[in-house]
Amino acid sequence: MPESEKQARTRGAEAGRFSLPVVLVLLYTAVLLLAPIVAITWGALSAGLGVAYQQLTSPDALHALKLTLILGVSASLLNAVLGLCTAWVLVRDKFRGQFFLNGLIDLPFAISPVIAGLMLILLFGRGGWFEALPRGLGTPIVFALPGMFLATVFVSLPFVVREVMPVLRHLGTEGEEAAYTLGASRWQTFWHITLPAIKWGLLYGVSLTFARALGEFGAVLVVGGGVSGMTETATLFIFRSMDDRNYAAAYSMALVLALISFALLMLIELSKSKLKQR
Amino acid sequence: MTPSDSDQVAATVYLRRPWGKWGLRTTAATYLGAMIVVPIMAILHSGLEEGLGRFWQSISEPIAVEALYLTLLTAAITTLINAFMGTMAAYVLVRHNFPGQRLLNALIDMPFAVPTLVTGVMLVVLYGPQGLFGQWLAPHGIEIVFAKPGIVLALLLVTYPFTVRSVQPVLLAMELDQEQAAYTLGASRWTAFWRIVFPSLLPAILTGSLLTFARAIGEFGSIVVVSGNIPGRTLTAPVHIFGLIESDNQKAASAISILLLGLSFSLVLIVDWLQRRKEAGRARV
Repeated sequence: MPESEKQARTRGAEAGRFSLPVVLVLLYTAVLLLAPIVAITWGALSAGLGVAYQQLTSPDALHALKLTLILGVSASLLNAVLGLCTAWVLVRDKFRGQFFLNGLIDLPFAISPVIAGLMLILLFGRGGWFEALPRGLGTPIVFALPGMFLATVFVSLPFVVREVMPVLRHLGTEGEEAAYTLGASRWQTFWHITLPAIKWGLLYGVSLTFARALGEFGAVLVVGGGVSGMTETATLFIFRSMDDRNYAAAYSMALVLALISFALLMLIELSKSKLKQR
Repeated sequence: MTPSDSDQVAATVYLRRPWGKWGLRTTAATYLGAMIVVPIMAILHSGLEEGLGRFWQSISEPIAVEALYLTLLTAAITTLINAFMGTMAAYVLVRHNFPGQRLLNALIDMPFAVPTLVTGVMLVVLYGPQGLFGQWLAPHGIEIVFAKPGIVLALLLVTYPFTVRSVQPVLLAMELDQEQAAYTLGASRWTAFWRIVFPSLLPAILTGSLLTFARAIGEFGSIVVVSGNIPGRTLTAPVHIFGLIESDNQKAASAISILLLGLSFSLVLIVDWLQRRKEAGRARV
C-alpha cells in the first residue's frame, strides 16, 4: 500500500464514504432526530394549514405564546446581565469562597425541572419560608407570573456564565490594561473593549438561555399551575391540549415551538462558529 | 489555573475602587445564593424536618421504590446506548468524509433547542396508537408509547448530544502519529481504534455518560406525555414527584427529590473532578 493512501486511510478522508459506522450513525440519527421532525410537521399540517392557523389564533393560544415570549425575554435579560457579572467575578476576581460559587453554577442542570418547581413552592407557597413576601409585595408569586419567572431564570441560569467564562479567560487582560493606562474608566473599558470581544460568547449563551426558557415545562407547570388564559405558557398549552385530545391544537403549537427552536439553533450554530474562528 | 502577571495587574487596576469590587462580588454571590443555595436548603429542610424515619418511610413506599427503579433502569440503558452511538457519531464526524456531514453535525444540537415536551409530542405522533409508525406496529404487538421503550426512546433523543459533544473535541485535538504507527505496523482500523484511540477517549466518554445519566434521571417533559404514567409500570421518579406535589404531599415529594438530587449532584461533582484532572494534565504537558 503506498504511503499516501495509508495516511488518507488514517484520516478517513477516502476510507469508505459510506462505510458501516457512517451508515449506522446516519440511520440512528435519522430515526432518532429526523423522523420526529417530519412527524410533527405532518401531524400539524395534515388537517390543512387553515385548521392549524385557526388553532394558533384562538385567544388561549395567543395568550400562551405571549406569556412564553415575555418569560423567555425577561429571563434571558436577567440571566445575561447577572450571568455576565458572575462570569467576570469568577474569572477576574480572586477571593475566598470563589471555588464554592463556581461549583454552584452547574447545579440547575442537575436538578429535575419538577424539583425546581417544588423548591419555589416550598419557599413562597403556603407555609413556606418566605410566605409573607408575596403579601408584602402585594402580588402572588406561586401560581402567578413572578413564580414562573423565577422558575425560568433558575432552569436557564448556567448558560451565560458557562459560555462567557472561557471567552473571558481566553481574551486575557492586555486590551483592558491598555485602556486603563490610556485613562479610560471602567465602564468605558467594559463597553468599548471587553463587550465587543466577548459578544459571540455572550450571544451563544443568551441564545441557549432563550431556547431553554421557551421550552421550559416541568418547573412552570408546578409553579404556575397552568391555568388557561392565565398562567399557561405555550408548552403548558400543548400539554393541556394533549390531555383534552385536541390534537390539532397540540400539534400546531408544537410545530411553532419547534420552528422557533430551529431559528434559535441557527443562531447558536452561527455564534459557535464565530467563536471557533477566534 | 495559575494567574499570569498581567492577570494580576489588571485585577489590581480593576479592583482599585473597592465599592466596585464588593459590588460585583456581592451581586454574583447574591444571584447564586438566592437562586440556587436557598432553594436547595428549602427542599432539604422540607424532606428531613420530620426526621430520618419519616424520610425513609417516604422513599420506601412501594410506588416510590418502583418509580426510582424504573428511572435508574431507563437512565442506565439510555446511557449505555448513548455512550456507544455517541462515540461512533463523534468518530464519524471527525474522521470520515461523507455527504451531509455538516447537516448531521448541526442536527445533533437539536435536542438542546427543541423543548422536551415537544420531543414527547413528536414521539406520540410517530409511535402513538394512531401514529405514523404506531398504527403499523400495534397489530404486531410492539408497544412503544405508553410503555418502557417509549421512555428510553425519549431519553435517547433528549440526551443525544452529551456524549458526542464531549468526545468530539478530544478526537479533534488528538495527534495522529500513534495511530499512523499502528497502521504502518499493519494494524487494522478496528485494532487501531480499540488499542490507541479508545483508551484516550475513555475519560471523555465517561464525562458524557455521567452527564447523560444525570440528565436522564431528572427528565420530565418528554416522558410525561410518552410513558402513560402507570404506577409500578411506566411511572418514573420525576413524574411521581409531580403527582405527589399535585396531591399536596410536599413532604414525600421533597424526600424523593433529595434522593435524586444527591445522586445527580454527586455525578456533577465527578464530572467536575474529571475535567479539572484533564486541565491539570494539560498544564503539566
